[in-house]
This record gives sequence, C-alpha cells and structure tokens, in this order.
Amino acid sequence: MTIRYPYTGEGARGFDRFAQSHSGAKLLGLYRSMLRIRRIEEEIERRYHQDQMKTPIHLVIGQEATSVGCCAALGETDLLYSSHRTHGNYLAKGGDLKAMLCEMHCRINGCAGSRGGSMHLIDKRVGMAGTSAIVGGAVPIAAGAALAAQMKGEDHVVVVFLGDSTTEEGVASESLNFAALKQLPLVFFCENNFYSVQSPLATRQPARDLRTWAASYAIPAVRVDGVNVLAVLEETQTAVARARSGGGPTFIEAPVYRFRAHGGAGDDSRTGYRDVAEREAWERVDPLTLFSGFLMAGGMLDERATAVMEEALAAEIADAFELALASPIPVEADLYRHVYAD
Amino acid sequence: MPWDEALVNSLVYDKPDPGEGRVSTYVSAVREALTLALEHDPRVFVLGQGVDDPSAMFGTTRGLQQQFGSQRVFDIPLSEEGMMGVSAGAAMNGMRPVYMHNRPDFILLAFNQLVTHAAKFHFMDNGTTDVPMVVWAAIGRGWGSGAQHSQAIHGMLLGVPGLKIVMPSTPYDAKGLLLSAIIDNNPVCVFEHRWLMKKDGVVPEGLYRVPIGKGVYRRRGKDVTIVGASHAIELGAQAASLLASEGIEAEVIDLRTVKPLDEAIVLESLKKTGRLVVVDTAWMKGGLCAEIGCLAAEKGFADLKAPVCRVGLPDVPTPAGYTLEQFYYPDAARIAAAARGIVRV
Repeated sequence: MTIRYPYTGEGARGFDRFAQSHSGAKLLGLYRSMLRIRRIEEEIERRYHQDQMKTPIHLVIGQEATSVGCCAALGETDLLYSSHRTHGNYLAKGGDLKAMLCEMHCRINGCAGSRGGSMHLIDKRVGMAGTSAIVGGAVPIAAGAALAAQMKGEDHVVVVFLGDSTTEEGVASESLNFAALKQLPLVFFCENNFYSVQSPLATRQPARDLRTWAASYAIPAVRVDGVNVLAVLEETQTAVARARSGGGPTFIEAPVYRFRAHGGAGDDSRTGYRDVAEREAWERVDPLTLFSGFLMAGGMLDERATAVMEEALAAEIADAFELALASPIPVEADLYRHVYAD
Repeated sequence: MPWDEALVNSLVYDKPDPGEGRVSTYVSAVREALTLALEHDPRVFVLGQGVDDPSAMFGTTRGLQQQFGSQRVFDIPLSEEGMMGVSAGAAMNGMRPVYMHNRPDFILLAFNQLVTHAAKFHFMDNGTTDVPMVVWAAIGRGWGSGAQHSQAIHGMLLGVPGLKIVMPSTPYDAKGLLLSAIIDNNPVCVFEHRWLMKKDGVVPEGLYRVPIGKGVYRRRGKDVTIVGASHAIELGAQAASLLASEGIEAEVIDLRTVKPLDEAIVLESLKKTGRLVVVDTAWMKGGLCAEIGCLAAEKGFADLKAPVCRVGLPDVPTPAGYTLEQFYYPDAARIAAAARGIVRV
C-alpha cells in the first residue's frame, strides 16, 4: 500500500479560524453549492454509460471546495477562465445547469450551441468567460483578459484555473512573467491533484514546492488546503483584493484529490497508476463530509435540513436532464454559423 | 538596423507618377495605417518584440510610442505563444491588438494560440466571443535569411477555419488592408514581404479600406492568367512585360487576400484565358499554389486549355547563401517560361 501523495492539511479543525467571519446562511450556501456540484456530477456519471451524453467528461468529484470557495470570492463581473475540467468552475461561477446539460447532450440550446462540449462550458452572463481543452491554453488568454481590464480601467479581476501539469507548460511560465511584469489583475488558481491523466507529479517534475515556480517571477505564492472551502475562500479573497487594488497577480496552490479517473465515469486507480488506498485516504477528508460534519457539529445543519436540500437538488437535476433530452438537435445550417464574426 | 537593409535598399522598382496622388513608401503606408488606427480607436494597441526600438519594426512603428504612449505601443517579452494568447484574450475582452513579428517564422512558436485558440473561440463560444486581432509579420528573403528567417507560412494556415490572411503587394494596399484587418472582428494575419518595403506608391491620406477577400486585376490580357499575392505580383508583372514583348498577353491577378480566397476573380479570368500560372512566395506543395490549382480543376475544368502551372518554392528549405539561393527563388524569367509553356499547348 503506497500513499504517494498524502493529505497534509488540518482536516475539520481547519474550519475553526474562518467560520466566525461568515453568517450561518453563507456557510450553508457554500455547502449547498458543493453538494449541488457533487450530485450533478454523480448523476452525469450514473447516466454516462447510457451514451446519451456523447461528450468527454472530466468529473470534479472530490474537487468541489476549490471551485466553490474560489468563486464565492468573485463577483459576477469578475471573469473566470478554465481548463478541460470545467463542470465545477462553471456551476460555481453561476453557470446555467440546464444549458450545461443541453450542451453535454449536443443540443442546439446548449451553452455553446453544441459546438463546445463538456470541455468548453461558458456562460458569459455570469463571467464564466472561456476555457481551453489544451493544457495551459487558457492561461495567456486570461492574462490578456486581465490586460484588457487594466487598459480599460475596469475594476474586475480575472481568475484562471490550472492544474499541476499546467506548471510544466512553457506558455504558463510566459504568462506568469507577463502578468508580473504588467502587474495584471489576475489570480492563478492551481488545483494540484498530483496526476496528469495517469502520470504522477514525480515523473513530471523534480521534487519542488510549486509555489517556488510562481515566486521566481516575484508573484506572491500561497498554498491553501484544497478540501477546506473556507480556507480557499479566504485566500482567494486576499488575492482578489490585491488584484483589484492594483497589487498584481497571485498564485494559489490548492492540493486536492480527484476521486475519479481523469476522464469518463468511475475511478481507474485499480489500473495501478495510483494506489486505491491513496484515494481512500483522501476520501476520509472528502470536502463535503468534512464541511457537513463541521456544520452539524456547530448546529447549523441537521439531517432534516440535509434531506430538504437533497430533495430540492434531485428535482432540479432531474428537470434539467429532462429538458436536455427533450431539446432540439442542431440542423446542418447550424454547422456553418459563427465560423467568422460579422 | 536590419541586416538586410542594404539588400532591400538596392532593389529597383518603377516609380509611381506623382500626378496620380501623394507618393509614399511602403513602410510609411504601414506606419500611417497604424497611426490612424491608434488615433481613431482607443481599443487598438500595438505590441511586439522591438516595436519601440530604434529599428522600429523596419520603421513601421517609428515614433508611435512617443505619440501614443507606452500603454498602447509596447515592447514585449520573448514569449511568442504567451503573447499570442495575451493578444487573443485582450481581443476577446474588447481590445484590438496588433501583434507585430519581425518574421512569420516566429509565429510558428505561437501556432497553439493562433490556430487552436484565437481562430476557434468565436465558433466554440457559439458566436458570443469575437477575437478582433491582427498578427503582422514580414516575410524575409536573401542576405542569409535562410531556412529560419524567410519562411512564408500562409500555406500552412489556409486550412484553418476562422482565420483571415491578407498579403498586400503595394503601399496602397498595405495601408488599406491593414486598416481593414484592424477593424475586422476576426483574427487576421497580415503577411508583408521584406522586399516590398522600399517600394513607393500612391497612397491617399486619411482613412480608407481595401476590402478583405477581394482580388484585383493588375494587368489585363487574353492569353494566360498569372495569379498570386504579395511579392509574387511584382514578379508576375515583370513576367507579363516580358511576355508582352513576345506577343503574349498575360492577365495578372493580385489576390490581396489569400483567405478567404476570391475564387470568382480567378474563375472569371480563367474563363477568358483558359490558362493559369499560379505564383507564390512560399512552397508549391500544399499551399496557395495547390489550392488555386485545385480550384481550377474543381470549378474551372471546362475552361482549362492547358495544365495549371505552379511557380513557387521547391520542396526544399531555404538556403542561407546567395550562392544556392539563385537556384531557389522563382523570378520573372521562370514565370514567363511557365506561361510560354502553356500558351503554346
């Protein structure tokens, strides 16, 4: 049994120092957002083998606290750019669930009109601004968005989600350099889940602290417990405040674990690239159970309230799938639209 | 001072007739387009390696930083892919970047952002995102430019949906096409040619635009059509003069835009002449020559009186030495020989 990448955070104790700064309703809202993403992902996973969603999926089960904690620090006009693992980012930023599921069912009323797919979920009304399915691809785009905000004197900030493997891409280093040079209003949010598809970090990088990579560009670099939604919120707020006040970019590393395979339904740990025991160890600090345990211990959540929440979410998710399956498919003429802008 | 300045200075072009209007150099025409765009549109900014240095991108950006400030005209890190992405991201968020490169060769470092991102977002975002950016570069030739500083890469980009590519051949078009590229809501590559930069031409003052996607007749004739863009038009016009002295009337079509291609003008001319010589500053294989040859075969076959003839670069990298180069680049004589060959069929 090998646990190559153990959890090193404080577990539930880590909530104590942040909880006082939030109302009970706020805390419940954060939990509900995480639970919502989890249940949506589980339903996508459950239905995936029915082959009605003919699209790749990159589930975020286990990584809900990063999306929810980060987006809770953002306003609607703040922009979020992301990678191929978009579901959590999209939902946490306020993206429309129905439009997401329509997209995943390749319907014309999908959030990208059936031309983006699950790796390209966008909802510009809420600042879910764009994604790239090429690792690192969205990073310079986000820097450009931040440059535009700076040039126009707008006060919104830009956050770009990246993974540990993105730190190996040359363009990510180029983007850090430029962001630091221009002091762009940008937050690099790195979800370090230790694996790129099935390749562990240790086969890809020398033993180092990922923060040193960003720090070498004179960018403030912090690490936050990626399973602790309140810690993520707090660090993102600090970074966003710095960016908004002209203090330039921040790099946040959040160690976190994906409980499922890189792509598709189910976990693939049994194929041998990582030990099942490693996943199980991280499941003991599941961001949802950790937080619900904390809320219950504090008397803010009980079984009855959880059941009400679950029931409402189940109904919302069932409705959204129903709509997606009943939605119209594109016609041939749709293929030729939007190749060029007018 | 660019190393090939002496070579470019030594090139001899016909002088325009000042009676037809204000005469300007090619470089001045480009600079004027940039100046006008910066003046008229606060969303426009100019970036590139050395745009503010004493060489000023062959002179095309000279004085712009002094005039418009370092926020709008600025030097950048040596990060081609990163800065292509930054340009795309800025364009997607309301700005109009003009990203200038000394040579197209450097754009190859940025293909991921140009091809897979900038050209795709409008489509992938279901029309909700526009990417109005200009990617500018000057194709090199001679004085040791060689395999890595003289590539004309438009052929590689012809098959990329979402991109536009313009290749001016005159100072008038250099200004008018650049202004059109900047106002266009799509990523537009503007490929200049280093050898055209000391060419003079009649260039009106103020704003005007040359439409993207429209070719133009440079010379009328009935026997053979010579079609191309950029520096190929200079060679094609010289070839047409040679042919005229032999009684062969060549028509010369300047495409001005190679993507989207003005198919109509090529087919119209082919209908008249029945003979087609395609000339390109790049490789014949898989590029503009091949595309136009295919166009003729697909849509103009009944009009063809002879095989389509390609005059471009052989499937060989560019040599650095002038000693080998003399065998490499097409010239007017080779174009004329190609035309002669098919006119006599």
